Amino acid sequence: MIESLGDIFKEESLEILGELEHSLLELEESPDDQEVIGRVFRSLHTIKGSGGMAGLNDISAFAHEVETVFEEVRSGAIVVTPLLVNLTLAARDQIKRMVDAYCGGAPVDAAEIARISAGLRLLVAAGGKAAPLTEARQTAVAVGGMVTYRIRFHLDPNIFFHGVNPLYLLKELQRLGDCWIVAQTDAIPPLEEFDPERCYLYWDVILTTDRGQNAIEDVFIFVADTCRLEIHAIDDDRIVDDGDYKRLGEILIERGDLRAADLLAALSERQRLGDVLVEKKLATPGQISAALVEQERVQQQRESRKITEFASSIRVRSDKLDSLVNLIGELVTVQARLSQIATEQQGADLLNVSEVVERLTWELRDQVLTIRMLPIGTTFNKLRRLVHDLSQELDKNIQLVTEGAETELDKTVIERLNDPLVHLIRNCIDHGIEAPEVRAQKGKPRNGAVFLSAVHEGANVVLRVRDDGAGINREAVRRRAEQQGLLTPGAEVGDRDLFACILAPGFSTATTVTEVSGRGVGMDVVRQAVEALRGVLDIASTPGQGTTFTIKLPLTLAIIDGLLVQLAGDHYVLPLAAVEECIELRRDDAVSHGRNIVIIRGEIVPFIRLRDFFAIATAAPEIEQIVIVNVEGARVGFALDAVIGQHQTVIKSLGKVYQEVQGISGATILGNGSVALILDLPQLARAQQVLEAAAVA
Amino acid sequence: MMKKIMTVDDSPTVRQMVGMTLREAGYEVIEAVDGVDALRRLETESIGMLITDLNMPRLDGVGLIRAVRDNPANRFIPIIMLTTESHEKKKQDGKAAGASGWIVKPFKPEQLLGVVRMVMI
Repeated sequence: MIESLGDIFKEESLEILGELEHSLLELEESPDDQEVIGRVFRSLHTIKGSGGMAGLNDISAFAHEVETVFEEVRSGAIVVTPLLVNLTLAARDQIKRMVDAYCGGAPVDAAEIARISAGLRLLVAAGGKAAPLTEARQTAVAVGGMVTYRIRFHLDPNIFFHGVNPLYLLKELQRLGDCWIVAQTDAIPPLEEFDPERCYLYWDVILTTDRGQNAIEDVFIFVADTCRLEIHAIDDDRIVDDGDYKRLGEILIERGDLRAADLLAALSERQRLGDVLVEKKLATPGQISAALVEQERVQQQRESRKITEFASSIRVRSDKLDSLVNLIGELVTVQARLSQIATEQQGADLLNVSEVVERLTWELRDQVLTIRMLPIGTTFNKLRRLVHDLSQELDKNIQLVTEGAETELDKTVIERLNDPLVHLIRNCIDHGIEAPEVRAQKGKPRNGAVFLSAVHEGANVVLRVRDDGAGINREAVRRRAEQQGLLTPGAEVGDRDLFACILAPGFSTATTVTEVSGRGVGMDVVRQAVEALRGVLDIASTPGQGTTFTIKLPLTLAIIDGLLVQLAGDHYVLPLAAVEECIELRRDDAVSHGRNIVIIRGEIVPFIRLRDFFAIATAAPEIEQIVIVNVEGARVGFALDAVIGQHQTVIKSLGKVYQEVQGISGATILGNGSVALILDLPQLARAQQVLEAAAVA
Repeated sequence: MMKKIMTVDDSPTVRQMVGMTLREAGYEVIEAVDGVDALRRLETESIGMLITDLNMPRLDGVGLIRAVRDNPANRFIPIIMLTTESHEKKKQDGKAAGASGWIVKPFKPEQLLGVVRMVMI
């Protein structure tokens, strides 16, 4: 009993710790986000509770300590700092080690627990501002910057007799990074004294690498005792230095190629310094060109850094951007009104001005919307750790292959995509990709892969999460769907309908593919998150080859092309991208069919009466309009009073009170100041299917 | 550059490990069991590189290196010694005799290939 309880706890805690890490990384980016703080707190709380249940009091007690800190954070007594996040990440890793130790892994270091606890306590005492620790994570961050080195090496003249070829040393250096080499030839004697079996050269190398000085020294390991090797770090990525690099004379003096006094004398000549020095034989042409290479190289490095600094240095508070977008929205609205008035009055001057304003407004809108665009790459990077950790936890070797990290998306969309992507990748790794032995048996490579791509397609961004695993087990899905009453037993269903069941609320993903116990949220949460972004989630799967999840999203959340319609005197907006056609519906047509279906060119299309759905008491007009839209691949009609026309819709979200209202995703303000509600088509369509199913039963 | 390498060691395990690693990497390998055997084979074979153990019966590694370097044909070929940490003195002798580099035993195949690439490519 205690064993199985422990196993369950292990699985559960690993999953929660994954989420915790993820939340913490998110918290690092938006330290004020109460929702994230709440998530961190809940994760810790859950670990504490279930740890206690499984009889693991040390884990429970430790989690309690960390949880206490986040209680303070939640109440606002402590602010979130990078230090707090790092410390909590360390605590999270420590809890994971404790879980591992419990499952037979290496025993944990009690001192580490004490260290983290002490750090947290100090942090609480200082209200989150103290910096008591500088270990582990912080130092780990410090390595890995690009450093430029000046390397000079003289080999033993007899080096050839040791079977050493200098060319290979240079090739080894080139493998370390970007390498500029100058061979110094001034020691080569006249031909009559020349001994071809001696090495007369020495080399100046400027190398930019992230591998550190030890790696450079390793190249020379076999010749270390006979070689004169000088290595100096001359430039470093991590040092912000936008000044110009040293001048030629300074470099030569630093290298020991020139005496300061000689430099002063040469400088007084008022010619190009290099020419003077060579002429006076104070330095060789080789030394001059090596120094010039160094100067040019470092200058280049700094220029490129400057460019990247400039590119990333425009930081604007995102709420400023939001209000800018709002203002643009208002402008778009007013401009629509202006155009309308101009058209009505037919004044040539007014029309002219109105057209110019229209053009400028669109340009301004496009520009402002692009400011909100960020590359999705940061999210990809976060997922890398997830894949890494998950594959370790599940003992599968899985690689994450990403493509299109530079694809830009609205900032809000990127933030809200995180969870669905995490969930999908988790699914791929947990249920999709087989264990290495199974893969080997099937003749696949033992290592699995998850492919993550982002690409622009028209006005949409398409994200794909693909695995090369076993694919969805259709039989298991069908059985489960039949059990849950989502499918009629024995009915013929295509892949689309079958996979749609996976997205149904409460459908357990665990039983669909493997018998591994599954917890946490189902795929319906992913679907909801994607739909909240006005996106579409699609599943495709090939048995034995893998599963692809496709998320299709609109480029921006703020402004859409809408179709303005009227119902009982009020205005509504449908996203134009989904609209296929509009047809008329006469009252007798509707009556004769009884049920809400119309026949369009021989095809039966179900429709929903918005008047009924919103329980509007007024009578429908003689001739109603049906707008046919494409919702998740199916054609569905919406019956309403009148179609007014295309409308640039600036989306305003509704207040919290209205969030649960079915069928409405937002609102917009019309040119005359009145409000139009934006219809949530997928939700409406689903509601209709539910109603129909109820009618059949 | 000739891709033929001679490996000299009295331990069949080491010979096989070195031989297999290098053959898999595309080199041609000649094996010899000690210094005397190596020199005898070198009378008829010409090689691009020599990898030799230091502690061997009959003719040890340092002696072999000296003898190989004496042959004008082999003055410039890379020679790698296989040593153990405790053989610091022997390593110095080997270098003095004309060895290019060394590998400390025990080593992994990729370390061996790394060194071979470093001196021969």
